[in-house]
Order: sequence, then C-alpha cells, then structure tokens
Amino acid sequence: MSDLNKLGLAEARDALRKGDTTSVELTEACLKAIDAADALNAFVHKTPEIAMDRAKAADVRIKAGEAPSMCGLPVGIKDLFCTKGVPSQAASGILEGFKPEYESTVSQKLADAGSVMLGKLNMDEFAMGSSNETSVYGNAVSPWRRGNDDAQLTPGGSSGGSASAVAADLCLAATGTDTGGSIRQPAAFTGTVGIKPTYGRCSRWGIVAFASSLDQAGPMTKSVRDAAIMLEAMCGYDLKDSTSAELAVPDFEAMLTGDIRGKKIGIPKEYRMDGMPGEIEKLWSDGAEMLKAAGAEIVDISLPHTKYALPAYYVIAPAEASSNLARYDGVRYGQRAALEAGDGITEMYEKTRAEGFGHEVQRRVMVGTYVLSAGFYDAYYNRARRVRTLIKKDFEDVFAAGVDAILTPATPSAAFGLGEMTDADPVQMYLNDVFTVTVNLAGLPGIAVPAGLDGQGLPLGLQLIGKPWDEGDLLNTAYALENAAGFVAKPQQWW
Amino acid sequence: MSIDQSTAAKVAKLARIKVEDAALPALADEFNTILGFIEQLNEVDVEGVEPMTSVTPQRLKRRVDEVTDGSQQDKVLANAPDAREGFFAVPKVVE
Repeated sequence: MSDLNKLGLAEARDALRKGDTTSVELTEACLKAIDAADALNAFVHKTPEIAMDRAKAADVRIKAGEAPSMCGLPVGIKDLFCTKGVPSQAASGILEGFKPEYESTVSQKLADAGSVMLGKLNMDEFAMGSSNETSVYGNAVSPWRRGNDDAQLTPGGSSGGSASAVAADLCLAATGTDTGGSIRQPAAFTGTVGIKPTYGRCSRWGIVAFASSLDQAGPMTKSVRDAAIMLEAMCGYDLKDSTSAELAVPDFEAMLTGDIRGKKIGIPKEYRMDGMPGEIEKLWSDGAEMLKAAGAEIVDISLPHTKYALPAYYVIAPAEASSNLARYDGVRYGQRAALEAGDGITEMYEKTRAEGFGHEVQRRVMVGTYVLSAGFYDAYYNRARRVRTLIKKDFEDVFAAGVDAILTPATPSAAFGLGEMTDADPVQMYLNDVFTVTVNLAGLPGIAVPAGLDGQGLPLGLQLIGKPWDEGDLLNTAYALENAAGFVAKPQQWW
Repeated sequence: MSIDQSTAAKVAKLARIKVEDAALPALADEFNTILGFIEQLNEVDVEGVEPMTSVTPQRLKRRVDEVTDGSQQDKVLANAPDAREGFFAVPKVVE
C-alpha cells in the first residue's frame, strides 16, 4: 500500500487486521512525512524510537490476534499532555527541559489501546491563544493556502500543531485539548474533525492545567468515525481526577448508524452575529438543510445569554489560570531566571515568571489576579460565575424542550494569515471563540465537522452541540452531516 | 473602572511577574481593553442566581485517607532547577 500516512484510523485499523500492512510500515510512513514537514512546525518533539518500539510491539499483538482498539495506529500528542521521559512543556519557555516522571491518563489510555506515539505537537503557550502564535516553538503553520497565494495561514489554536499535523497527513490522528474552543476552532480551520466531550468524560490528570473547570481533552481526526474510535480510547473514569465521571463508556463507533430521522436540531438565533460573512451564513443554512433532508426536524431556538459567554469566559478562565500557573515559580521544575547578588526569593519568582511566560500568558495571569483580588472578587469573579449558571440554564431549557442537538457555525471566519492579527487588540483575537466558548461554560460536548470551502478555497466547519454524556448520539448526528456534506478537499502539498 | 499604572504595578506584584516601569502604561491599556469587554456582564440580571461551582451535578469523590504512594524523592527532585541533599534549593528566605 502507498501513502499509508494518508489513511484514517478506521481504514488503517482494518488494513492492519487484514494483514494488508503493518504498524511498522504505517509508522515509518508517518515519520517520513513528519521529517519532510518541518516547514509546518507541527511536531516540536519527535519520538521516532518510542514510535518504532510501540509499532513493533503492536505488530506482535496484531499477529497474535489480540489487538486492542487502536493497536498499531500512529498518533501525535499535544505538548500539553505529560509524557514520561519526553519533553512536555505546554509550548512555554518556563517548562523548557521539563521531562515528566509520569504519563498523563489520556496518553496512557491511548498507549494501552495500542496506539503509537509519533511525538509532541505544537500549540499556543499553556493553550492560551486561537492562532498558535503564542508558542515558544514559533508558529505552527496550516497546510492550507488561499489559492495560489503563498501567505502562511494559521491552523488555529490552541491545538494548532495537532490540526496542522492531521490535515497534512503527518499522523493518522492527534490529541487536542479544548478550554474555550481549542479543539473545534483549529479543526474547522483545517478541514478536520474535532470533538470536545462532556466535562468529566476524559481525565485531566497529567494534562498541564489552564482553566480546570473548562479544560477537556479530545481527539482531532480525519473523519467522524475516527473521532468515535479515538474518543472511546481516551475517556473513562479515573481515580486521579476527582472531576472525572464514573460512567460507562459506550461503544461510540457502533452508534454511527447515520440515521437521524426524527431528531430535533435547534438553530439558535443569537448565533447570527452582526457582520457574519455571507459564506458562513450560507454554510450554516446549508447544514440545516442537509440535516433536514436526512430526516431531522429543524427548530428555531433561543439561547438568550450567548452574548455574555465570552466576557464571562475572560473572567473565569484567567482567574483559574492565575491560580493554576502559580506553580511555575522556578523551584520544582522548569526554568529559573539567573539572579543577581542580593536577590531574594521574591525577585526569583518575579524574574523567573517574567522570563519564562510569554506576553499573552502574563497578560491572562495578571487579569486573573486582578479579578480575584480583594474588592473585585464579587464584582468580577462571582458575577461571571452567576452568568455561567445562566448560560448553562439556557442549554438545559432547550434540551428539556426536546431538542437533541444544536447546529451552529464553528468559527466566525475561515483561517486568517499568521501575523494578520498582531496589531489587533486582544479582544479581537478572543472573538474567534464566540461560537465555541458557550459549550465549555456549560460543560457540554461539541464537535466541529468540515462542511465546505470558502471562496478562497479554505475549509469551513459547522459545530454540533449535544446533551451532557450524549457523545454517541452527537457523533451520529455529526456522521450524518459529514455524509451529506461530502467534504473531501485536501490541502495541496507545498511544504 | 479604569486601571492606572500604579494598579497595573500592584497587579504585577501580586502575580509575581516583574514588569519594567516603561512597560506599565501599555499593560494598563491592555487591562482596560479587556476589562471594558468584561464590563458587559453588568448588563445581566443575576439577582438570586447561584455562582456555578461545578458544571456537572456531581459530588467530588472522596477516597480513604491512606498513603497510596511515596518514596520517590529522586523523581520529585529530578526536574528541579536547583536540588541539593534531597531538598529543593532556593535563595535565602530568612533574614
């Protein structure tokens, strides 16, 4: 077989089990593609030895007829996941040189399912960003271009390296994490599929924490079927994360029937933003038509507090980040700044954090510090948490009225150019997450599915939002949408 | 609510991030942009609404209070910028 790196998880799995190829061949094809794609800056720590060891072990298991669900399938891991003995620095200078002595639960589960780790993937520093431009490794670059224009585009963020790597066929699939849209926005920008499961589905243990009440891991893949396969391998109860849910994990792939007859799909009027590009609006109404043609009922719904999700997020997420990132103090791991004679421990903290954190991370930590500080805690932090309660209630009301899933655009635009947002104020960049952030605040599952191309040939995605713990049904609706949209475009190789 | 340079300096101090004096005006401007955006929350009627503490209606799990691991001093110290004689080392704290 040729171009093995271009396969998806399901195709590769089936080929492995039929004996048409081996994990070693698949892994070698991916490693070769990775080495030829340094221009994308997607893989920032390559682990070819680990990959080949695991591939050989997988081939033995497959031969013995005891292959677990992802046996022999090569994947990339976002740098936010701690991987034992392998640099895991959340794309931050402050964690340079950090090699965890332990493995995150999710990456361990993927290893236990037989998957092959190819290396660590670029991202925004501490997952704070929507364009992968805040990384200490430099920008990840999208494999997509606007027609013949050679301007470099963002793969989105924060899981930009994961999106770029999957879209460019450097791996079969990758892990991402999503605090405000960091799986779904990059998936939409790169024509890939990304699902953020219900809060509590995946253990957060061993994933570098950004905003603990919002963070969730999820897969980034080439198809909805692949997302179902990989999500199942990633999730499950974990004693080491007190917020992980003690619920059975369904066979998500078996739930992909494509039959959505009688399902009620809500179209929220508040997501029709002023100044929304016509192409996004058309994609959205086309998507609704496709689901209707597949037998679903389309209903208009209202989520009245949508407008306040982004401002609430930009209180809650920085507040949690300021607390979580307090641990980077130059004492236990990572970098410590060079000190001058007479510098005490406070100078050590201040210099270490000024040198080690990038600009966006510093800004968010300080905003978080401010909204939590004496005198402002109630006015900002508690108010934002009250608004969060209302945002969640909006969704609960809609689901209680019989809606099965909600269809929205995934992003307000197609991918923008790297550097194009440099002079914009930070709030302009934050607006990228306007359609995705509500889902994190409400703890719901959300999936981005590629649904079309814009006038410049760039992918556009739609988002489906599901009921809590109903990822199986959500994936099935996404599967029906994927079948109807028939998105097959791939970026032209230039790298 | 507008943030001036001295408030920005105070916040930087609380966050233990060194910010040079010359960078304070720009930092204060950025804070004001972000806080201006956040001010929208004041439009919402939150009277009688409970602040969210947990997004999923679950009680945090408890476990038996017993030692489950330990004796990993070398691993705990392996990534420290400065570790000596089995301890993390820091600049002198006591005057």
